[in-house]
Amino acid sequence: MALTLADRRHKWDVKLSPFGFVSPYFLIFGVFGLFPLLYTAFVSLQKRNLLDAEGAQFIGFGNYEQLLFHDPYFWNSMGNTVSLWLLTTIPQILFALGIAHLLNRRLRGRMFFRMGMILPNITSVAAVTIIFAQLFGRDFGLVNWVLSWFGAGQVDWQAGTASSHTAIAAMVVWRWTGYHALIFLASMQAIPSSMYEAATLDGARGWQQFWRITVPLLRPQIIFSTVIATTGNMRLLAEPLLFNPGTAAATGGSDRQFQTAALYLYEQGFTKYDFGYSSAIALILAVATMLVAGLSYLVTRRIQTD
Amino acid sequence: MRPKTTPRLVLAVVCAAVTALSACGSGDAAGGKTKLSLGLFGNFGYTDLIKEYQAAHPDIEITERTAAYSDHHKNLAAHLATGGGAADIEAIDTGYVAQFKATPDKFVDLNTVGGDKLKDRWLSWKWSASLAKGGQQIGYGTDVGGLAICYRRDLFQDAGLPADRDAVSALWPTWQAFFDAGKRFQAKAPNGVKFMDGGPTVLNAIFGQAPVGYYDQSDQLVVDSNQALRTGWDQVVDAVKANLSAGLLYSTPTWNTGFTQGQFATVTCPAWMMTKIKDQAPDTAGKWDVAAVPGGGGNWGGSYLTIPKQGKHTKEAAELAAWLTAPEQQAKVFTSKGLLPSTPSLYDDPKITGYTNPFFNNAPVGKVFTDAAKKLNPQYQGPKAGDVQTEFGNAMQRVEQGKQDGAAAWQQLVGDVAKLK
Repeated sequence: MALTLADRRHKWDVKLSPFGFVSPYFLIFGVFGLFPLLYTAFVSLQKRNLLDAEGAQFIGFGNYEQLLFHDPYFWNSMGNTVSLWLLTTIPQILFALGIAHLLNRRLRGRMFFRMGMILPNITSVAAVTIIFAQLFGRDFGLVNWVLSWFGAGQVDWQAGTASSHTAIAAMVVWRWTGYHALIFLASMQAIPSSMYEAATLDGARGWQQFWRITVPLLRPQIIFSTVIATTGNMRLLAEPLLFNPGTAAATGGSDRQFQTAALYLYEQGFTKYDFGYSSAIALILAVATMLVAGLSYLVTRRIQTD
Repeated sequence: MRPKTTPRLVLAVVCAAVTALSACGSGDAAGGKTKLSLGLFGNFGYTDLIKEYQAAHPDIEITERTAAYSDHHKNLAAHLATGGGAADIEAIDTGYVAQFKATPDKFVDLNTVGGDKLKDRWLSWKWSASLAKGGQQIGYGTDVGGLAICYRRDLFQDAGLPADRDAVSALWPTWQAFFDAGKRFQAKAPNGVKFMDGGPTVLNAIFGQAPVGYYDQSDQLVVDSNQALRTGWDQVVDAVKANLSAGLLYSTPTWNTGFTQGQFATVTCPAWMMTKIKDQAPDTAGKWDVAAVPGGGGNWGGSYLTIPKQGKHTKEAAELAAWLTAPEQQAKVFTSKGLLPSTPSLYDDPKITGYTNPFFNNAPVGKVFTDAAKKLNPQYQGPKAGDVQTEFGNAMQRVEQGKQDGAAAWQQLVGDVAKLK
């Protein structure tokens, strides 16, 4: 018997509809993700002034050669990026685990604390950074004031490499720890209490239970959080930019001591108007981010139950 | 039967809809008013003038948006590059004007809208500094910097120096004398107070007086061969070593805090700096005073109003910019905010020369700054003057933070500047 029109239509419907439903994502990704990426790749092969698109010249891999082999400030910025990645990502995940663990207990006003966790994350990054820059002020900052109780000298936070990285990392950790803690907390609540009861019968106590049961069972969430945090922290821009605002903001300190790769990109693109060069930095940074994210994935994947 | 013309009908409907939408979209006359926006940085003192202009032109509505100095110029570059987002009138500082006039086709050539007839309003060097190579005029001058030294009377007294402004001016005919006075000050200074805010502001003033700055007339960078810059650099490095500097970089939050906390006794003071001090530390009214700058006249700063071509109402915007920068309006800005006019016809106007500023202990700032403006030797500003100034600020910071000595910081600076091209 031949298929009726309605049958045929139904068949096509079943085959094609799923593509229709997922297509908005791919359309949006194509317009806002793929196209800019390809266009950046195109611009990175040019010598091009930001304000003068008509005067662009094709120079092949010239920008990449300059960056990778003749530009110590680029490597300086990559070093700062990796340093800040380590200083932000590891404490973020560890603090988040600890906080989630505490919030998972019976606690008066539990809802209040849980909601509070997300507050740092929804405040404006510019406001947070400007306030933190005041806290880390050299002469009248709160942090130095507290340190002075313990006889520690006045720290010029912006001046040093380690001190400026510490201050910037503090902003990022403060802002994102709660976000990750909530993700961990949600998964902790899905762990059946019978597992802890069994462990208690076997004689395992608080910390042992935490490291042997909770952390291994959170493995997927830890991998997720680490990768998300890595991709975010490799692109730090606003924090170092606003840490020392003023005319020299884009250089990330007097000696580029806290200039991240994203900030170097910003300096090249929007201070020196070298659009081609900054596009090349953007692509290298994207590749580096993927590599580092892959590395964090491999490391966190090793978490396992024994 | 279905009409065969369906596709065409749909097309017609879509076209009609698009036309209607675009007509709404370009609705200049929302509420019948032409909307003009002003993109500014710092304090231009235009708020009252805008009210006045709107009262005289009921069909025009003006909004101001103000950003920090470097953010403003970077945003402007981004808006020009993407072809959208710029305000109808955008202010540009002296340090950046050469960079923007390199792409004159992004701006309305003001000579084509009557600017050529207004030319005589301005100091001739102010007019030519915003003139592109092809003869297009991209901006109308607003203020000029001029130079003076603002100082804290109370702190000078505490340190046993004279506090009277004529006596203070007499202390420092030269920069060397200025730093010598600084050493006398520092010897008896109140606890925690330094003679000057930071090396970079003093450097900018010294460099502003040099006959040649960072560039020669053919746009070649001459930082490493310009002896005037090196001499000034060495003097300031010595002053930093002698512990005269609070080590603050201008335009940073710590520098702003320095004004409110009284961390330093002097700051090099282009006319616009007075507004900054007053806005930043209103509680210090009467404690500040204004003395002459060592070494005669000089300039630091001053701005232009430009009309990006991407604006919708360039004609109305050009009219507003011409009005805002007319001598009468510049005179009002001077008496309300202290910004020094760039229109020489005002320099002998008794309303201007007789103006005293109560915040600065009734200093005769009208006379101080018009005298300085008359003595001013215009200095040619090259394409990336603003970026060179940033590099100098960073280099001096490295010395002040103890990261490098003067010679090493200078060496790195020369390399950094060479990369600017």
